Amino acid sequence: MKRTIPLLITAIGGFVLIIAFFSSYTQSWGEVAAIWFDILAAIAFILGGGNLMKIHLKKISDRKAGWAYSGVTLIAFLTTLIIGLGKIGVNPSEQFPDYAWSGSYREVGGPFWWLYEFAFKPLTATMFAMLAFYVASAAFRAFRAKNIEAILLLGTAFIILLGRTYAGVWVTGWLPEWLEGLKLENLTVTIMKVFNTAGNRAIMIGIALGIVSTSLKVLLGVDRSYLGGGEE
Amino acid sequence: MKKETVIWTVVMLVGALVLVLNGALRGAGSAYVKAVPMQFVNVAEPGEVNADWIRYNSDRAFDEKLCTQPFEDIPEDLRESWVRYEQAELGEYLASRAADPNDDNYRFSLSQTLGIWVAALFTLFIFSFLYKDNPFYKIAESSVVGVSAAYWMVIGFWDVIVPNLLGKVAPAMVRAWSIPGLEDPPNYWYLVPLILGLMLLWRLSPKGSWIGRWPLAFVIGTTAGIRLIGFIQADFLSQIRNTVIPLIAIDSATGSFAFWDSLKNLIIVIGVLSALTYFFFSVEHKGVVGKTARLGIWFLMITFGAAFGYTVMGRIALFAIRLEFLFDDWLWLIDPLGRRAAEYASLLWPAMPLLG
Repeated sequence: MKRTIPLLITAIGGFVLIIAFFSSYTQSWGEVAAIWFDILAAIAFILGGGNLMKIHLKKISDRKAGWAYSGVTLIAFLTTLIIGLGKIGVNPSEQFPDYAWSGSYREVGGPFWWLYEFAFKPLTATMFAMLAFYVASAAFRAFRAKNIEAILLLGTAFIILLGRTYAGVWVTGWLPEWLEGLKLENLTVTIMKVFNTAGNRAIMIGIALGIVSTSLKVLLGVDRSYLGGGEE
Repeated sequence: MKKETVIWTVVMLVGALVLVLNGALRGAGSAYVKAVPMQFVNVAEPGEVNADWIRYNSDRAFDEKLCTQPFEDIPEDLRESWVRYEQAELGEYLASRAADPNDDNYRFSLSQTLGIWVAALFTLFIFSFLYKDNPFYKIAESSVVGVSAAYWMVIGFWDVIVPNLLGKVAPAMVRAWSIPGLEDPPNYWYLVPLILGLMLLWRLSPKGSWIGRWPLAFVIGTTAGIRLIGFIQADFLSQIRNTVIPLIAIDSATGSFAFWDSLKNLIIVIGVLSALTYFFFSVEHKGVVGKTARLGIWFLMITFGAAFGYTVMGRIALFAIRLEFLFDDWLWLIDPLGRRAAEYASLLWPAMPLLG
């Protein structure tokens, strides 16, 4: 019962949408399902927030190592949540000035905008920016041009990196007109338009086939891993 | 105290002193705003149910009776006002003060100045991990977890749950509360995702977490169905269609044989077929199949190399943006967009008083 009904829901939900696609009367069902999916995804964020609070409150109450950082997480979480959900400091919209809650929660200059602009954006951008160092150092340690495959990968990365910079344009700027195709900026374009297109197409065809087969396995109940283990 | 700790402490203190002096003497890291008064009047005819708000002093003909009199004289129930703060540059602030010292349209913004300093410190905290793991990095890391979890919750609530769920199930309530322009009639089919959503939240309860499997099953099933069709259409078929291209290309302008286009098309077709051969594991990669698969690997390696190059470039661009924020917005050491007056843009600012 606890596993059979979810399996039925999965199969019916999936196959109804597949069949609905083949009739012009029911094609819009897919769009409705996508909206329902978005709603459940938004509710899943609430679930995620609830879980976050549960885990960090437990860590604080148990006085586990680094519990003070859990406090920082909770303060950041609750501050952002209260300001965002409460539309604190947000003015009404120009269309409906008499409705206090009609303004956009992302209004420029508002507290939620402040949190996005001065906390969320710099923190996430810097996290990703820092990966530049780790990617470079990992590449330096792992990449060795010891066979044709490695040479092709390294060479392409080198040409792409140089070809999109002023240095690349300058390095091969002296080449005569009849060898223009070998200038790094042109070579980059050729690699992207020809070789990269071919490789990406094969990968995308492979991914599509993989998704189709995985979807069928899920819908037919062959793959049940998403239900988790155990009866509870 | 260890010698290394002493050195680091001195370096940090000197750095902090320079930052404070830079901020105090030059105003580095400060932000300015333009105050725009927002005044509205209701010009609906007496007895009219819906309000008809227009901007005060707008040029609509029939609101003359309200817009010609001082705003304060308009009855309170017919007017609304607040101040909107738009971002402004230092140059605009200085120019407005030079023109009229009492002009307060352009103002120093304490909250945004504080924001720039907070953002700069967070940036440095994250970068400090390049040296080694430390409490500053951990504070920034914990903050990013909390802020981003709440950020996406807020986005989900205001952009999805309110208009697409509450707006469908109880439009009258949403209309009276936050979306006055909502005109949709109730759609009770949306009770289904509401119930599924509540079942999903049941996972937070210590008992009966299996109830959360039902909405999960719905999400998995519908996603599988939509993706199956979508990927066959958009990826599988369209990629094959785009690969069926002429191997002998003709220049449309001259009608002659286009050698380079033909070669490019040939390489694309060979590349796709050989890379697909590599993915085909039902036949042993030996002989002709093995050689074709090897060629496919070469094409894939070029693709991975290009992806790697672009990833590195993207990260370096982000890094450059962060440095630009630190040196331009925070420290005022560079001014690539010419946003500040010349004396604030120069790297020689400490010597400016001497240079005149």
